[in-house]
This record gives sequence, structure tokens and C-alpha cells, in this order.
Amino acid sequence: MGPNLWANIDEVAAVILFGIGFTTLLLHKNMIKKIIGLNIMDTAVYLFLAAMGYVDNRLAPIVENGVTDVDAYINPIPSGLVLTGIVVSVSVTALMLSLTIRLYRKYHSLDLDEILIRMQKEELT
Amino acid sequence: MNLARNFVENFPCFSIVLCMVAGILSTPIKGNHAKRITLLVVILVTCMSAATFLYVASTGTSFVYTMGKYPAPWGNEIRAGVLETMLATVFSLVMLFSLLGGMDHVFKDIPEEKINLYFILVDLLLSSLLAIIYTNDLFTGYVFVEINTIAACGMIMIRKIGRSLVAATRYMVMSLIGSGLFLIGLAMLYDITGHLLMENAHLVMNQLVQEGKYSVPLLVIISFITVGLAIKSGLYPFHSWMPDAYGYSTVSSSSILSSLVSKSYIILLIKIFYRVIGFDNIVNSKIVDVLFVFGLAGMVMGSVGAIMAKDIYRMIAFSSVAQIGYVYMGIGLETEAGMVAAIFHILTHAITKSLLFLAAKGLNNVSGRKRVFYALQGSAFRNPLAGVAFLVGSLSMVGIPMLSGFISKLLFATAALGAAREKVLITLIVLAVSTILNAIYFLHTVVRIYTPVHVPEEFKNVHVRVSKGAALAVFSLICMNFILGLLSQPITDLIQVGIAMFA
Repeated sequence: MGPNLWANIDEVAAVILFGIGFTTLLLHKNMIKKIIGLNIMDTAVYLFLAAMGYVDNRLAPIVENGVTDVDAYINPIPSGLVLTGIVVSVSVTALMLSLTIRLYRKYHSLDLDEILIRMQKEELT
Repeated sequence: MNLARNFVENFPCFSIVLCMVAGILSTPIKGNHAKRITLLVVILVTCMSAATFLYVASTGTSFVYTMGKYPAPWGNEIRAGVLETMLATVFSLVMLFSLLGGMDHVFKDIPEEKINLYFILVDLLLSSLLAIIYTNDLFTGYVFVEINTIAACGMIMIRKIGRSLVAATRYMVMSLIGSGLFLIGLAMLYDITGHLLMENAHLVMNQLVQEGKYSVPLLVIISFITVGLAIKSGLYPFHSWMPDAYGYSTVSSSSILSSLVSKSYIILLIKIFYRVIGFDNIVNSKIVDVLFVFGLAGMVMGSVGAIMAKDIYRMIAFSSVAQIGYVYMGIGLETEAGMVAAIFHILTHAITKSLLFLAAKGLNNVSGRKRVFYALQGSAFRNPLAGVAFLVGSLSMVGIPMLSGFISKLLFATAALGAAREKVLITLIVLAVSTILNAIYFLHTVVRIYTPVHVPEEFKNVHVRVSKGAALAVFSLICMNFILGLLSQPITDLIQVGIAMFA
């Protein structure tokens, strides 16, 4: 357990971060903090992918000085996945932020519970 | 002949790209033109999907389309079998009818300058639905799941009322939690198998299971992926966003969201079960038992929520919670018959729920736009077509013979008899209880809309103007309901063939 944990310390950190982001997104009442949680969660996944794709003492997968040997470079696919994932999380974050702006303009609050209460009050009147 | 065949094999990719192009084209133009383009694209996609379906059904084998001709395991692939093409055809048909049926309201509910944006979202939604159905690559699946979520969220929030904003936020939060779990599940899956294409990952997976390696990570992966997609599709304890999201968006959105979007995640899950992890490994992991329990809970609690609901949209939305429960219950039976029943129910629910939403809107229109039940009294006489549509939809959901809902329930009950012994009794009991609960709230509403009342002064001058498109849509959905109910045998056979093609 001990040495394994140490050898995979990046992945362990990634999973802990994922947990932090996940719980923040799920449990926090404040919209901005929810969005921060979302970004921590997504970034944790990218850390996980990048850590798994990295091989010690190898180069970034860009052919340099004519070296075409596969063993000289790390696996490029996780990096590609990270890039795609970043695009996805940027757009999702933008959407969440725009929703937050709209909610704030309408209910003057960032607290989701408060917003729900105000929404119900508004409907009764 | 050969050339024509090769040409048909391009259709799945064509239809995905066509939707995206339509979305781009709709950006600078006015809402009215965007509407035409979207309708045209949906019709074209329906035709292409149907052609591919016929092609695949006649050859009896599935085909793989390699994007850019890069061979496996490097390239990205699309794969079309009987099940995929059938689902694509039905989904695009339902999309077409939902759009046609709710078109008048789209123009009423949404500010004029935003209408073209609405159709862009519809185009993107259709393209992501098709991509989720056809894709053979896990990460592509993830990307399109996210596109699907964003488009669906946009379709909820485009109506600028407080409720729909809050509903969109809750939907988004739940969906993002689901996607997060799904993504980390995929990342881990890639780490232990080294492949993203379904077939290659499946081969490595079988090898790992045989050697008994990585059993704990495998379990974690299976649970992350399953729970993530279950949250996204709104399985019972995660359904809280559903009633508001379906109840307060414009009627086309609610019928598309309830009948197609949540189903697409279930289809991706089924594909991953069969084509990546292997159904035997899934059964051994016991994760389906979890789905089974929550499915049963959803069947009862969704119906209870529907009985308690005070307005007709929330009632129909809660009924969706129950129907999603049915589907997961079918998957949880661990048998092929259960899976066939679940997929058949996906089709049934897609057709019936969109019909019910359109009918409810029609009834609501002639009742002073009030959504509470007492205002709807006698509304079926004021809008006969919507009344008949609601009647057919309700009877189908309750499970009256000749309609598709009956076949679903029959398939579920038969599948339950073939399941593990401890599941037989509980399934049948919950199925019976849920049917009774369904009957309580649906038939109660049917009786109410057919109770004649003295027409209040305010409604006397209401002219029911049903556009031709809307009438056609409702009529076609009713017909599809009967077709599914009367021609169930060939359809279940096709589903079986489709599942066999998954392997």
C-alpha cells in the first residue's frame, strides 16, 4: 500500500481534488462557489489524465531532431483528451456563469436557497 | 449496386454533420428561416436514418464507418447496427413532431430576436443525440454528452421566466455532477485498457477479467460510469430538477427533453454495458442490482409525486420519473428479455410523453392558460384533438391493450418471470402497484377533461386555432403509438437482433 501510494502520488492528489470539487459543486449553496467546485473537479480529471500519460525521462510528443522512435516520447492521447476536456469545461463554465448573471439580475442573490425562496414569494404575489 | 451501398454507409456521419452545418447556417439569419432550415434538416435526417435502417436490416450486419479512414485503434469510428439506426429514426421522427406540434408556442414564448438561437440549439441537440447513438468511441461519447447537456440547458433557459432559469440551473448542476463522474470513469477506463474505441477496450477488458487483474479499479470504473449516466438521465433520487425543467420550458422543449434527451444517456449506458465492459462483467459487478432497486423506487415515487402534483405539466413530468424507473428496472433484471423490454419502453415513452406534453399544451390553451386541474375541466370538448391525444397518451401510459404502453408492461412482466428468483415477486408487485398509481392520476385527469361544464364567460370567445402542422404532429404521434402497440412482435425481434449485433 505505502510504496504504491507514493508511486502514484499524482493520481492520489487528483482523486482528492476531484472529491473536493465534487462535494463543493454538489453541496455548496453559493453559485460562484459551485462553479469553482466544477472547475476544481474538471481540473482534477485533467491532472489524473496527464499524470497517467506521463512517462519519466521521455519527451513531449513532438518530433525533434528527426527522432521517430516511439520510446523517446510520452503517450500523446491523454494530452489530446485534456485539451478537448478543457474546451468542454470552458464552455460549461461560461454557460453556468451566464445563468448565474441572469439569476442575480432577477433575484439579487447568489444563494440558491435564497433564490428558491424569492422565486416562490414572487409567484404568490 | 456496390456504389449505392457504400453511399448509404456515409449517412450516419452525414446526418451528424448536416445538423451541425444547419446550426452554423442558422446563426446570422432570422428565426423564420432558421425554422425552415431546421425542419428540413430534421426531415432529411429522418429519411437518411430510415434508409440506413433498411440497409442494415437487409444486410443483417452492422457496419463501421472510419472517420478520415484512419484504421482502428487510432481513428475515430461511427458504428451503425439495427438498434442504432432504429433509435435514430424514431428519435428524429419524435423530434420532428415535437417541433411541429409546439411551433406556435416557440414563437410566442421566446423573444423574437432569440428564435434563431432556439433552432440552433435544436440542431445541435439532434446532432449530439445522433452522435451519442452512433459513436464507437468513448471520448467522443463524452464530448457529445456535454454538447447535449449544454443544448438542453439552453432550451430550458431560453424562456426568460424565473422558474425556467432556476430549473435550468438545477438541471445544469445535476448534469455536471453526472458528467464529472462519467469523465473520471472514462479516464480510469482508458488508463487500464489503453483504448478509447469500444471494441478494442472490450478485448482488453475481457483479458483483464480472465486474468483477474485490476478487479477493484474495474468496479470503481463501472460504478462511476453507471452512476454518472444514471444521474444525468434522472434516475429516481436525482430527479429533483425534472418537474420544473419540463414544466416551465416551452412545450417543444419539454417534449424533446423528456422523451429524447434523458433517453440518450440510457442508450449510451446500454452501449457501454454491452460493447465495452461486457454484460456478464456488469452482472457480476452487481451494479445492475443497484439500478434495479432505484428503478423500482422511482416507479413508485414518481407516480406518488404525480398524484400529489397540482398542475398538469408537473404531473406529466413526474410520470417521466416513473417511466425512467421502469427502464432502469428492466436493465436491472439482468436478462436479455429485460433489456429488450427496457429498450422497447424507451421507444414507447419517447412517443407517448411527447404526445402527452403536446396534448396538455392544447388543453391548457383553451383554459385561459391556467395549468391547475380545476381550470382544465371540460377542456377536451373545447379542443377535441388535444382531448383525444391526451386520452390515447394516458391509456398508453396506463397500459391498455392495442397501445404501446401495454406491450411495454407485458414485456417487463414476462422478462421479470425469467429473472433471478428473488427479483420475480418484487418486480411483479411493484409493476402492479405502479400501474394502479398510473391509472389513478392519468384516468383522474382524463375524467376531469371530459367532464362537461358550463363554459365560463371568459372562455366563450376562445377560438381554438390548431395549425395544420400541430394537428399532423399529434395525429402522427397517435398513429405511432398504435403502430408500436399492434406491430410489437417485429419490433421486439428487431431490438433482439440489434442487441445481438452489439456483441
